[in-house]
Amino acid sequence: MTMLPQLFFGYFAAAIIILSLLVITRKNPVHSVMWMLLLFFHIASMYLFLNAEFIAAIQVIVYAGAILVLFLFVVLLLNLKDELETDRFIGSWPVGMLVSIAIFASVAAAMQSFVLGQKGNFTVELVQRVTHTKALGKLLYTEYLFPFEIASLILLIAVIGAIVLAKKRMRSH
Amino acid sequence: MNDLMALPLSFLQSLGFVGQLILILLKIVVVFVVTLLHVAYATYWERKVIAHMQLRLGPREVGPYGLFQPFADGIKLFFKEDIIPATSDKPIFYLAPVIFFVSALTSLAVLPFFDGFVVADINVGLLFLLAMSSLGAYGIVMSGWSSGSKYSFLGGLRSASQVISYEISMGLSLVGVMIMSGSLNLSEIVRAQHATVLGIYALPQLLGFFVFMVAMFAETNRLPFDLPEAESELVAGYFTEYSGFRFAMFFLGEYTGMLIMSSTATLCFLGGWTIPGFVTNMLPFLHYVPGIVWFLGKVYCFMFFFYWIRATLPRYRYDQLMAIGWKLLIPIALANIVITGTLKIMGWI
Repeated sequence: MTMLPQLFFGYFAAAIIILSLLVITRKNPVHSVMWMLLLFFHIASMYLFLNAEFIAAIQVIVYAGAILVLFLFVVLLLNLKDELETDRFIGSWPVGMLVSIAIFASVAAAMQSFVLGQKGNFTVELVQRVTHTKALGKLLYTEYLFPFEIASLILLIAVIGAIVLAKKRMRSH
Repeated sequence: MNDLMALPLSFLQSLGFVGQLILILLKIVVVFVVTLLHVAYATYWERKVIAHMQLRLGPREVGPYGLFQPFADGIKLFFKEDIIPATSDKPIFYLAPVIFFVSALTSLAVLPFFDGFVVADINVGLLFLLAMSSLGAYGIVMSGWSSGSKYSFLGGLRSASQVISYEISMGLSLVGVMIMSGSLNLSEIVRAQHATVLGIYALPQLLGFFVFMVAMFAETNRLPFDLPEAESELVAGYFTEYSGFRFAMFFLGEYTGMLIMSSTATLCFLGGWTIPGFVTNMLPFLHYVPGIVWFLGKVYCFMFFFYWIRATLPRYRYDQLMAIGWKLLIPIALANIVITGTLKIMGWI
């Protein structure tokens, strides 16, 4: 029984890596999106595994339910015949691969000197007792209210930008 | 009924982990079978209701009063030839109805049918329902795209934009319920409702209830918002190219979706398996009626409402549909959140 968490984590970690590779290597962009949907569900399960049920649900609602559907809209309107004949990667992909391998190596090297930080007030038992949503909401709207408001302001600016870009009449004036 | 169930239940619990597993599997089988029977008779009931509203008789040939009609339909669909279009994208064409049907069935796991009977009593039940309904949109879009037919494709695109737009107002309309009950767990929401004076949230959350009801019709692609399958324009919409059992899966998924939306409305706004406290105070004998009776009765009212609207209202135009969603429902839902939040801070609710 003690092996079970490791097995779970191992499965999800391996599946997430394999699915990410499938997403970027498919020739058909719609198939890429479908693999990405599966990937998002694995990430949500990973959050559940960490007792973060609210984040897991939001991961599915926001990423799978909204953002990925918008991807799908764009992809569906592509001319698939042209898309299937072009190469999946641009010519300089080995350079990108080298850079990412270098980043991975440096992160792996840095992991050697990793020290577990100070433990906070929120133990697993406490989070389970007050429920994850309540604990997160309380913190977000009291202690971390200022960063939360900054984040929402940034999102608001992005929304205004999108409206300005989409409104043709305003540009011609 | 509770005494009858207590003995086998305590026996299963004494078995520990394996017993719990068996108990969960039993619950899943019960919910699954009961829901599929409900789906079968929802189609029969719909045909009867609409027929009588249009001064017809409806199905009456198969069995007494046509009661075996759903089984005749099921057998016919099961043995029909399975046609797969040559221009279709095969893997996704096979996968799409499964995604649609499974996402509808998975939502059943978090619905409490009566006190204590729920397959998975999770703390984020309401969010889980929203997540599964957004997954169902993939089944529709992918079926439309993979069929390789322009009618299916247009139906799929229409449905996707409709479901995404109305999902926002549906989620926002439920925020008022979340604020009032202080929980996302559906059983907790019902208990919090029962503790209030009125016993239901439909009255204090009138705006939210209205928005939810309209969004419910759009989410399930039902009239007056059935543009994804508008037969006069798109043959049958996203499932035009499907036949046989794959078509049946869309059909089952749609009716399961209607049952789930009705159950969600019942749980969040009409007090689920409970009836208001003042009613049981006046008529004490109602205490002996099991909760499942109230729950199913309320769900049937919503299902009847689906049929009634279908027989009454014409279809909206697409720009009207989008205008209602974005310019009417979302502002109302946002106003409802502000009002409910203010009242909650003032301590009036």
